[in-house]
Parts: sequence; structure tokens; C-alpha cells
Amino acid sequence: MTTDPVIAMPDQWLQMYGQMVRIRAFEEQVNELYTSGKMPGLAHLYIGEEAVAVGTCQALRRDDYITSTHRGHGHCLAKGAAVDRMFAELLGKEPGYCHGKGGSMHIADPETGNLGANAIVGGSTGIAAGAALSAKLRGTDQVAVCFFGDGALGQGLLYEAMNMAALWKLPVIYVCEHNRYGEYTPAGEASAGDPQARPAALGIPTDEVDGQDVREVYAAALRHVARARQGGGPGFLLCHTYRFRGHHVGDINRSYYRSHNEEEQWARERDPIRLLGLGLIQQRMADAAALERIERDVRAEIAAGLEFALAAPYPDPGEVTHHVYA
Amino acid sequence: MSMLSQAPAGAPRAAGRELTFGQAIKEALAEEMRREPRVFIIGEDVAEAGTVFKVLSGLVDEFGRERVIDSPISEAGITGIGVGAAMTGMRPVVDIMFGDFITLAMDQIVNQAAKVHYMSGGKLRVPLVIRTTMGATRRSAAQHSQSLYAWVAHVPGLKVVLPATPADAKGLLKSAIRDDNPVVFFEDKMMYQVKGLVPDGEYTIPLGVADVKRAGTDVTIVATSSMVQVALEAAGRLDGTGISAEVVDPRTLLPLDAETLIASAQKTGRVIVVDEGYQQYGVTAEIASVIAAGAFDSLDAPVARMGAMNVPVPFSPVLEDQTVPTAEAVATVAMRLCGRA
Ligand SMILES: Cc1ncc(C[n+]2csc(CCOP(=O)(O)OP(=O)(O)O)c2C)c(N)n1
Repeated sequence: MTTDPVIAMPDQWLQMYGQMVRIRAFEEQVNELYTSGKMPGLAHLYIGEEAVAVGTCQALRRDDYITSTHRGHGHCLAKGAAVDRMFAELLGKEPGYCHGKGGSMHIADPETGNLGANAIVGGSTGIAAGAALSAKLRGTDQVAVCFFGDGALGQGLLYEAMNMAALWKLPVIYVCEHNRYGEYTPAGEASAGDPQARPAALGIPTDEVDGQDVREVYAAALRHVARARQGGGPGFLLCHTYRFRGHHVGDINRSYYRSHNEEEQWARERDPIRLLGLGLIQQRMADAAALERIERDVRAEIAAGLEFALAAPYPDPGEVTHHVYA
Repeated sequence: MSMLSQAPAGAPRAAGRELTFGQAIKEALAEEMRREPRVFIIGEDVAEAGTVFKVLSGLVDEFGRERVIDSPISEAGITGIGVGAAMTGMRPVVDIMFGDFITLAMDQIVNQAAKVHYMSGGKLRVPLVIRTTMGATRRSAAQHSQSLYAWVAHVPGLKVVLPATPADAKGLLKSAIRDDNPVVFFEDKMMYQVKGLVPDGEYTIPLGVADVKRAGTDVTIVATSSMVQVALEAAGRLDGTGISAEVVDPRTLLPLDAETLIASAQKTGRVIVVDEGYQQYGVTAEIASVIAAGAFDSLDAPVARMGAMNVPVPFSPVLEDQTVPTAEAVATVAMRLCGRA
């Protein structure tokens, strides 16, 4: 029997393929909702980065925790949120995950362990450590994953939290989605040195993976999760990735901070969905028809979810004062 | 309404023990930790040292380092950890050594703790207590002397507690720990050694209920935390002049017991609000306007405000002592309001 779970199960890869396709299709729909004026607020698309959320969350149990970011739709879906209630939240509707009070940047779904997306860059790095401390104090073997962008490397809270996580061997895994830009600033202008050197200085084991290859992300996440679950303490996973679109949907003219060539090259050569699809076909784990079937099913799910959300009612105006206090 | 009247029926009323404010705080924490295993304490030098004020000394012996956790000097970090732990089934008490240092944790207090319940549509809760200190007159200078609760009280979703006596401190802290919301609890560091009668047995004091610390008929002095003692002293001086002063302690700023404040203003017709926070844009303004709106027809004079001077708290005793309202100054303002000066 192989001890490497990564090569063990074809079904898993198909499931992860489906998850990535679901996130992609969801985001494309978000783009349309936003540009057609149906969606209020801001939309930060995750397109291109799907392998990070899917590879990581596949290594988690339902009762494990995640904290997410302003670019959080992918994390939410990968952790198990349903498309229809997510759309409803983005539209500010009553059946949304937060009754329309959170919106795109704040979706929380405690039932799937999602402690919430956070619109403060780095803002959830302490919360994830707190969830890990709580798991330890309660004597469960839950772990917490903290997703954050390379932009959060500039925030001090991250280091306060990692220091305590390392001191107290908390089961928290810091997953850095290094997509090379924080808003409109290249990461090289915003953070000095090697990002891994920072957790390494605290004694936290680090890994660096190709964030476009879900197989690599999953394998590394599994290792970190297993160690954390067994009391081995925190981990840090540096995932090199790329957002194919703008910082948010309205970020159209981007040539002043990154070239069209660069974008095209990533989309052409480094699309995580295509990479996994080709790999599965090459290894004869799936054929083109099977992948097409998955895509068709996902598109139907997205269409139904959207229909549900569009038809859903807005919250009662009286709800504005509910939930200020528990 | 006397403080002891908040004790549940059957609790001994007159009986009690002399405890210091600090002992009352520790007793509340110990009782709650015994009652509820999910309560834990995290902060800088809280374990063996028992905090720099020695308030928690001995707690670690009973509850161990798992539940009395010494943290690095990371105010934002421990507040964030408190938020995350509270969201996932624990009831943390975060100790921030000096109230001045809540500035370092402000994102975690204002943008995280206060908003999680609302933004999640009620799905997540943050049963967190942040204990911190306040108050000048320790010659600690500008970065260790502020009373910054107005910053916190500005934000919906938080509760803010300002206990003024050992008995209040104990009962309010127990309520804060049992509350399902984030509560910021400000303790006057000058008061830790002050003694007072604390009821025997189990009791709590609900958040949001003011206490009339002294009944009177001519002027109401609304006073918070350290200023309650100042107000009581001022009331004593006024007795000698024939002015009967009522002292009302809101005890919690959020929620604020407007009803009791307004009722007292209606009774006396004159109000002074005394608080140790900076006067500009401060707590006194909010309370004065609540009273003005609710008791306008009964007022014989505009509501007077007395807060800390709008200067960074100076070091030199000669300078520092001027910055905080004194009993003498409160009495003088009261005399003026009552037309005696
Ligand atoms: C504390 C804070 N400062 C600034 C912002 C504005 N802001 C939103 S997203 C962003 C860039 C974040 O970059 P990164 O963390 O790399 O994530 P990415 O957008 O690349 O996924 C900034 C500066 C914010 N939300 N929070």
C-alpha cells in the first residue's frame, strides 16, 4: 500500500478539479454581476489562484478552521460553502450566509469552520492563532489555516501571532498566497528579503510550492496539517500564484504596475485548472469527456445558485439593528 | 438603587467582607474560572508575576499555566487570539497592562471583536473580556496615565465597564465574563488598594444598570470610576454648605443607563458630569447631551462637564495634579450651579 496519499486516489483529484472549476465559474459570474451593476460593493476576484484554496482545504476536515481575506470567495467555497447562499450574500439578500450584513469581504460560515473573511489586511492572523489555541485548550485535534496575501507580510500582527503560535506549538498553518502584487504595488517593493526567512526565524517549518499546481499545494498542506494535528506546532506554506484579473473588478487599466505580456503568459501557461486537467488526462485518471461533464454540472449549479439569489428577498429593514449584540 | 440591592434575593445584604479592589477582581476571576472551564486569562506577566499590579497573584497556582497564560509583549496579538478563541468556544479574559496600550490593539477591538457578530449575521459570537487599566495621578506621565474608554465606547458592538468600588468590580466582572459580547473593562490602577465591603456569597451586577452612590436633592453629580470617590468627597464638602448632592455612577458606559441619569436630573434640576477621560469629545459630552435631551424641562442650568484637561498627562506632580478634576473643583462648580458662588 502506498503511504503517499497524494498519488493514491483519482477520485480526490476529480473532486479537486470540480472545486476549482466551481470557484472559477462562480467568480466569472461575480464579474458579470458586478459589471452589470447587480452587485453592490467591491469584488476581488480569485481567478487564477484556485489551486491554493482547493489544495489546502482538501487537506482539512470540516471541523477544522480557516480565516480568509478580502479575496475570499475561493476559500469559502473550498471549505464547503454553498454557491446559492454565497451569491445571496454578495447581493445583500436575506438567505445569504450573513443575512446580507457581511457581503463579499466578510462571508463567515461557522458550520464549515469558516471563521470569516477579513477586509483588514492581516487582520485575521491573530484570530486564526486564537482558534488554534482554543482547539488546544479544548483538547480537540482541530487545526486552523490562516490564508493571507503577500501584502500582509507588512503587517506586524502576523509576526506577533506567529511568535505565539511557535512558542506554544499552536496548530495553525499560515498559507501565504503570494500573487506578486498588493493592490498596485509589486511585492518586491513592499517586503524585504525572503518571506520564508521570517517564520523560519521563529522556528516555524516552512514550505514553498508552486501555487498553480494543486497537487503540490495539497501534498504540502497535508504534511503541515498532519504535523499540526499531532501537536507539532505551526507551519508556513508559501504558495507562488497569480491573480489573473485586476486587484478588484474595477481595476481595468493595469499597465502601470504589470505588463499585458506577463498576464497573458500566466493565463496561457500557468492556469491551475488546465494544469490539473492535462495531468489527469496524461496519467489516465480521467478523459476529456469526464472533465467536460464536471464543468457542465458546475455550470448548472452556478446558474441555479444565481437564480436562487436573484429571486431571494432583501433583509427586512428592521434587521439593521439586529445582531449588534449577542 | 444601592449596589447591594443588585444581589439576588436571598443573598446576604448587610453582610460582607472588606476586600481591596484588586482582591475583588481576583476573586471574581477565580470564581468564574472555577465555575466555567472555558474561561482563561492571557496577558503580559499575568502568571507568576500576577500582573505588574499584582492583581492576579496566586491565580496561576490554582489554575496552572494553561489557563493563566503569560504572553509576549504583543497587545494586538493577544487581543486577536482572544477574539479567535472566543469565536471558537472559549471565554478568554485578555489583560492589557495599561489602558494606554489598547491603541496597539485597536484594529482587533474595533474592527474585529466589535463587528464579528454583526457581520456574520449573528452566526459568530465573541464572548471576550479585555481587562485594562486607566487613570492618572501616579506620576507615570503621558503614555501611562490616560483613560481612553471614550475611544472604545464610540464603537457599537462593544460593552464598556468602569467599576468604582470593590463590590461593583467583582459583580460587574463576573457579568462581563458571562456576557456573550466583547466587553472592555477599565480598572483604575490607583484604586487597586482601596478597600470596600464586598457581599458574601455569589452575586453579579448586571451591565447597564447605574447606581446611586449617594442620594441628594439639589444637584446631581454623575461620576465614573475614579471620579466617584471625588464626587462623594465633593458631596461631603457641599453638606457643610447646605447643598444636598446626589452622586450617580453609571458603572457601564455601554450600555448606558440613561433612565437613572435622567431621573436623577429631573429630581435635582442641576447636573455636573465628572470623568477622568479627556474632556474634548469625551464621555462627559455624551452623558451631558443624554441628560439635556431627557430632562430639559427640569433643568435649572446647563449641564456642567468636568473631564481631564486636554493636555498629555504631565509627569511633574505639580502639573499632573491640575489635570484631573478634584473634589474641591467639583464642589465649586456645584456651588456655582446652585447659585451660591
Ligand atoms: C490594514 C489594511 N490596509 C490597507 C488595506 C487596503 N487593501 C486592500 S487589499 C490590499 C492589498 C492586499 O494585498 P495582498 O495581501 O497581497 O492580497 P491580494 O489582494 O494580492 O490577494 C490593500 C492594501 C486594507 N484592506 N487593510
